[in-house]
Amino acid sequence: MFDLTGKTALVTGATGGIGGAIAQALHAQGATVAISGTRREVLDGFAAKLGERVHVLPCNLSSKDDVEALVPAAEAAMGQVDILIANAGITRDNLFVQLRDEDWDDVIAVNLTATFRLARAATKLMMRKRFGRIIAITSIVGVTGNPGQANYTASKAGIIGLIKTLGAEYAKRGVTANCIAPGFIKTPMTDALNEKQRDTILAKVPAARLGTPEDIAAAAVYLASNEASYVTGQTIHVNGGMAMI
Amino acid sequence: MSEIGERVKKIVVEHLGVEPEKVVDSASFIDDLGADSLDTVELVMAFEEEFGCEIPDDAAETILTVGDATKFLEKNAKS
Repeated sequence: MFDLTGKTALVTGATGGIGGAIAQALHAQGATVAISGTRREVLDGFAAKLGERVHVLPCNLSSKDDVEALVPAAEAAMGQVDILIANAGITRDNLFVQLRDEDWDDVIAVNLTATFRLARAATKLMMRKRFGRIIAITSIVGVTGNPGQANYTASKAGIIGLIKTLGAEYAKRGVTANCIAPGFIKTPMTDALNEKQRDTILAKVPAARLGTPEDIAAAAVYLASNEASYVTGQTIHVNGGMAMI
Repeated sequence: MSEIGERVKKIVVEHLGVEPEKVVDSASFIDDLGADSLDTVELVMAFEEEFGCEIPDDAAETILTVGDATKFLEKNAKS
């Protein structure tokens, strides 16, 4: 089950905790992966670790030109893009009344608009081949809201709507579109929390632990597989029971 | 039918899965051949690929029948 031999995947934000784990898991299932991120050296190091079937495609998702060049570059490198993992995301947290226009615009541009542009380019390739998997990493807070994150939560909720429409439009063409909504996952982002913040969060998680990037990667492998061909427009919540939706 | 007309017809038959005899110049993709709006986008993409040319959105909107496509491509085809 979940064999991805012969499949090609483009993963954005592959230098991050979750993106890296997803790229590694898809690769372990046999997929060829194109890993994207802003830090070339980190990508090169990661590629060396993966060995074969890997391509490095640096990209700054806040640049429209970079975004529009990414899917064609992945197609040129791998011959096709069967799986798109739209994972890259940024935060610029502030209280709502103090949220600056730039911080709103930057977060929407990288998290939502870049996801739209990448998914649009990838879907064009996928519909021709009558196979495709668009997987966007959203967040639990895109559904529940979170103080201090109006821009981030709006971008993540926007992704969920985008993916539902995409799923509906291309279902007949063998292209599925789904979201994964992580809860609190152990990454550099959550490592920055102090002990008190961490305890407060864990008190709300029935599983009583932070999730791991591998917990998210397992969901991505499933959604990318042939076995998930009847699953589209969904958001899979991977959050230890923190929110049951 | 012109050579380009024959190639257009072949693409339409393949993409829409319709009987070749229904694919006449006057046939409307949507009204006569059962295409939905996404099918017409796919047809335009297939024409672009087959004939090596770009079909801008405003031109694509005027391509409603098999004959429209053939006429456009006779003028604009590069391959």
